[in-house]
Amino acid sequence: MPPIAVAEKKTNGGNGKAKLLSKKTLTAQQKEAIKQLGRDKLIGMFRAMNLIRSFERRCEQMYQQRKIGGFLHLYMGQEALAGGMLSAIHSDDYVTTSYRDHGIALALGISPNVLMAELFGKVTGVSRGKGGSMHFFSKEYNLLGGHGIVGGQIPIGLGAAFRAKYLGTDQVSLIFLGDGAVNQGSFHECLNMASIWKLPAIFIIENNQYGMGTSVRRSTSVQDMTLKAQGYGMEGITVDGMNLLDCYMVVRDAVKTRRKRPSPLLVEAKTYRYRGHSISDPGTYRAKEEIENYHKVDPILQVRRLLQELDWLDDESAKALEKEVRKEVDDAVTFAEESPLPDPSERERHVYAP
Amino acid sequence: MDSQTITYREALNQAMSEEMERDETVFLIGEEVGEYNGAYKVSQGLLERFGPMRVVDTPISENGFTGLAVGAAMVGLRPVVEFMSFNFSLVAFDQIFSNAAKTYYMSGGQFPIPMVMRGPGGPAAQVGAQHSNCLDHCFANSPGLKLVMPSTARDAKGLLKSAIRDNSPVIFIENEMLYGISGDMPKGEFLIPLGEAEVRVSGKDVTIVASSRMAHMVLSGLPEFEKEGISVELVDPRTIKPLDMETISRSVRKTHRAVIVEEGHPFAGIGAEYSHQIYSACFDDLDAPIARVTQADNPLPYSKLLEAASLPSLEAVVRAAKGVLYRD
Ligand SMILES: Cc1ncc(C[n+]2csc(CCOP(=O)(O)OP(=O)(O)O)c2C)c(N)n1
Ligand SMILES: [Mg+2]
Repeated sequence: MPPIAVAEKKTNGGNGKAKLLSKKTLTAQQKEAIKQLGRDKLIGMFRAMNLIRSFERRCEQMYQQRKIGGFLHLYMGQEALAGGMLSAIHSDDYVTTSYRDHGIALALGISPNVLMAELFGKVTGVSRGKGGSMHFFSKEYNLLGGHGIVGGQIPIGLGAAFRAKYLGTDQVSLIFLGDGAVNQGSFHECLNMASIWKLPAIFIIENNQYGMGTSVRRSTSVQDMTLKAQGYGMEGITVDGMNLLDCYMVVRDAVKTRRKRPSPLLVEAKTYRYRGHSISDPGTYRAKEEIENYHKVDPILQVRRLLQELDWLDDESAKALEKEVRKEVDDAVTFAEESPLPDPSERERHVYAP
Repeated sequence: MDSQTITYREALNQAMSEEMERDETVFLIGEEVGEYNGAYKVSQGLLERFGPMRVVDTPISENGFTGLAVGAAMVGLRPVVEFMSFNFSLVAFDQIFSNAAKTYYMSGGQFPIPMVMRGPGGPAAQVGAQHSNCLDHCFANSPGLKLVMPSTARDAKGLLKSAIRDNSPVIFIENEMLYGISGDMPKGEFLIPLGEAEVRVSGKDVTIVASSRMAHMVLSGLPEFEKEGISVELVDPRTIKPLDMETISRSVRKTHRAVIVEEGHPFAGIGAEYSHQIYSACFDDLDAPIARVTQADNPLPYSKLLEAASLPSLEAVVRAAKGVLYRD
């Protein structure tokens, strides 16, 4: 009998030769984007990425100290995606994602205080302590969750796109999903519906190359995910998910036309998660070398280098920024610590809407 | 030595590997069952032993691979489907309810579906509402499905072996919190037939019916009951469907009182069925209305405090036992 699952271990990408952001090698579009963003906004995006990294590191510690329980899926390595893409949308656009939702929530500008409080199970948390790490929701920021069932968020985000079209608003809906989720029926059903109804849905595959311990090579028949878009008659674009500028530009350009004339788009962002799938996964299915290679193209280091080349940031101000970010995370922990636990009556609240 | 001590996890592993050894048509399919050796390491070593045709790592496509298993079962294979957790079986409910459960009947008996769907179910610790479903009552409601919920290593092995040999689809709900517990295991071939409850503790004052982790909760509380001077008889159904009402009734006829403990929500929960059956069989023997201890009627919250307040507790069981004895 021929094997149907080829045991092919520890061989995924990451040759460390990816093109790094550098003043010398910027494309015309990247140069233009830098000009358009300007110093303050670019530093703001850099800061957001740092905040995510710092927040996630602290989460790891807090989990070890048992301040956080349940499942914890960290975003380290993928910061350029949230940092770049969410800088390109309006505050009334919709965002939906999976359980790996910390980076998305922070990049949307949600205060680390309420996120850490959520992780601590406090009533001041973004979901009143009822959701936890996987279920950040914010009506104020149009974050439609934080979803735990792989692929479950895709139709939810499509519903928001439907609403925009229904009411004729110029909003778009960003739907983040993992590479593993493309093998769920919901993904295919939604691409098709988005296409036949011309909905302003931007499907963003955060291709970190693994769904838990399974590499995309083993789980997915076609490696180029944009081909799936073709199959549903919609546009598909691949983007370097370690590159902040590219992540920013792809969404900026996508929403420009779609606000007036809605249509869906599939974006595949190639990225990498530094940590295991969740805090309880040692991630031994990946070669050390592979992980090291991705650290060489670290999304935050790249932007830092670029900012320095542009003379927009020196060592001193970079340090100051990092310090500031760490302080923000410290404050979030303090806020979470000092926040009250939910009143027992919270248990039966919100089962049914009044 | 004719027995050994192994964990619940190892017991499940032994059951699968022995049955795969015995019958070439048995194969395991699911997410991370092969190279990762199972999300909870239940299938440890099986890929190495049986190869990738019989230990099949799937994409995250529950509806697809569950349906594949139904089809394969229709034409002579005996699939064991592993759900990484039963929460994800929800994506496959169509295949389970529309196809696995009904095909044998709808085809007028032409196509039996000898398959097992197994994996952990029920709440773990603070994993939130979407990862804490208790779905036993759903499966038990569908004619055509059998339902097993083992609480000990011994039962896990003996019942899984029987489930794999059964010619009907069997839902086999394990428990994440029990994977690490150890128990005595007879050496060599050993099966426990489906449909037989076990009296775990004999007593005379009150019958407590509880499965899986709930049975352990009751066991852990025996000193409490003793302190209260209550002699408890713990009946563990093990197989929920078909339910061994004979054993349950025998116990209730002896104690005249019953408390049902279930990890799921109350409304139309599994205990509603048990209590109906007990009322039907033992109405004249009961000295008090049956009490149920259940999870609260809200989705399970993340916050530790609210989670604890939602889940059935030993305290609540003791209270219920005192209640049926009119001692509160
Ligand atoms: C329907 C369903 N099946 C299985 C799981 C268990 N699970 C959680 S995350 C995950 C891997 C998902 O990988 P991917 O979509 O690539 O996202 P990533 O975790 O890499 O961000 C699996 C199998 C789940 N949550 N839901
Ligand atoms: Mg992935």
